Amino acid sequence: MTLSFARQVEVELRVNGEDMRVVVSARTTLLDWLREEVGLTGAKKGCNEGACGTCTVLVDGRRMNGCLTLVVQCQGLEITTVEGLADEDGTLHPVQQAFHDHDGYQCGYCTPGQVLSAVACIAEGHAGDEATVREWMSGNICRCSAYPQITAAVLAAGRQTS
Amino acid sequence: MRDFAYARADSRASAVEALADRAAPIAGGTELLNWLRLGIAAPERIVDIGGLDELHGIERRGTELYIGALTTLNEIGEDPLVVDHAGALASACLQAASAQVRNRATIGGNVLQRTRCAYFRAEEPMPWPCNKRSPGSGCAALAGLHERSAIFGWTEDCVAVQPSDPAVALAALDAQVEVVGPAGPRTILMSEFHLTPHETGDPTRETQLGPDELITGYRIPVGHPDGQAYVKVRERASYEYAIVSAAAAVTLVGNQIATARVALGSVAMRPWRLPGAEAELVGAQMDRAAIQPIIESAMSAALPLPHNGFKVTMAGNAAVRALLAAGGAR
Repeated sequence: MTLSFARQVEVELRVNGEDMRVVVSARTTLLDWLREEVGLTGAKKGCNEGACGTCTVLVDGRRMNGCLTLVVQCQGLEITTVEGLADEDGTLHPVQQAFHDHDGYQCGYCTPGQVLSAVACIAEGHAGDEATVREWMSGNICRCSAYPQITAAVLAAGRQTS
Repeated sequence: MRDFAYARADSRASAVEALADRAAPIAGGTELLNWLRLGIAAPERIVDIGGLDELHGIERRGTELYIGALTTLNEIGEDPLVVDHAGALASACLQAASAQVRNRATIGGNVLQRTRCAYFRAEEPMPWPCNKRSPGSGCAALAGLHERSAIFGWTEDCVAVQPSDPAVALAALDAQVEVVGPAGPRTILMSEFHLTPHETGDPTRETQLGPDELITGYRIPVGHPDGQAYVKVRERASYEYAIVSAAAAVTLVGNQIATARVALGSVAMRPWRLPGAEAELVGAQMDRAAIQPIIESAMSAALPLPHNGFKVTMAGNAAVRALLAAGGAR
């Protein structure tokens, strides 16, 4: 059966717990859509080519680069951005709290991506020691170079979660 | 990014039909989206094969390990079957890219990534010559900066290298690439899958895969290599492309090498096996004193460019390290 190609595509997906049904241009990246259409600006646009990690979001719990993902590839999937981490009453997610406690940022531009990457890093079981954290967090660049504090935050949050 | 029309394949057959009608396939998309941004590719239609579950997964099939094309690099790198039977591949997958990229990038697409040559990766309109992007225009790298370029298999038309880490391990492990096209399925030896400009005379022809063919999976012989290793040399400890790399698989009788396979990465437009050295290594002791002269002799066939003579030494050392690690000698 020959496939039917379209430039506008309907996609059903869930963003931070909210079910959505949208029509997007096929070329729309998850990053651009979250920021410009949904109004969730936590995921940042750094390099827009998969090199910096500041656009990291969770897709069905797995960390991915929003700039390397099309919305049309997210049919039926659940997206979590940094806006979806804290409790409704404002209580920070344990990883957010750990970044706060350990001063895991300077300018903060990379922080949403760092935090989501850390949430996944811990869930994957890659937060047991410093060398493992540094290796598995290497996809998130921090140009202020807050790496020691970020690593400490991930290790602390990992200990708390386990 | 240029506009395109999109459809989700519901079977291999529908995917192949779309490819034959000049659609571009997307799976993870980590390469394709950047090609679209730079103008390296400009397809009118894109067919999404990401939902074809039959192309996803890892299993033992008799004397082979089978890895579906849609399996991600993280899934392969942490899979117990791969770690046990194809350790060099597991290591290569986890040393590629970042955790985020590896959650999207598939092993089918990975071997089709294009060169990292900075001249090739320019945004349109092309500011300089590149025979891959604008055939006949020339090679800016040959006349310009080429410290990362090829030391084997290049021509004056193109000095680029293939950057995939997993492809180097797959080549060393004698993996077969399974593909399907309008004429049905066929297999291609991984070490022969990529083509050098020296072989084809055409820098735009990079693999044996036809435009209407799809990679469906990989078959890796298992059971014989005692030890395997993948050594990646790069400017950062993590999340960086290789300057050079080496994959090795050896079997030993006592401390004597019974079989050895070694492939170099980022030295040519394909993983570069060293068949002469592999033959000479049989019977040699598994130690540096025996291995190093054999590898150095093999590396004397390299043809470095003015800026990258260091890669000959570095690639040889990576091969020695990979063989020693594979043999448990370190």
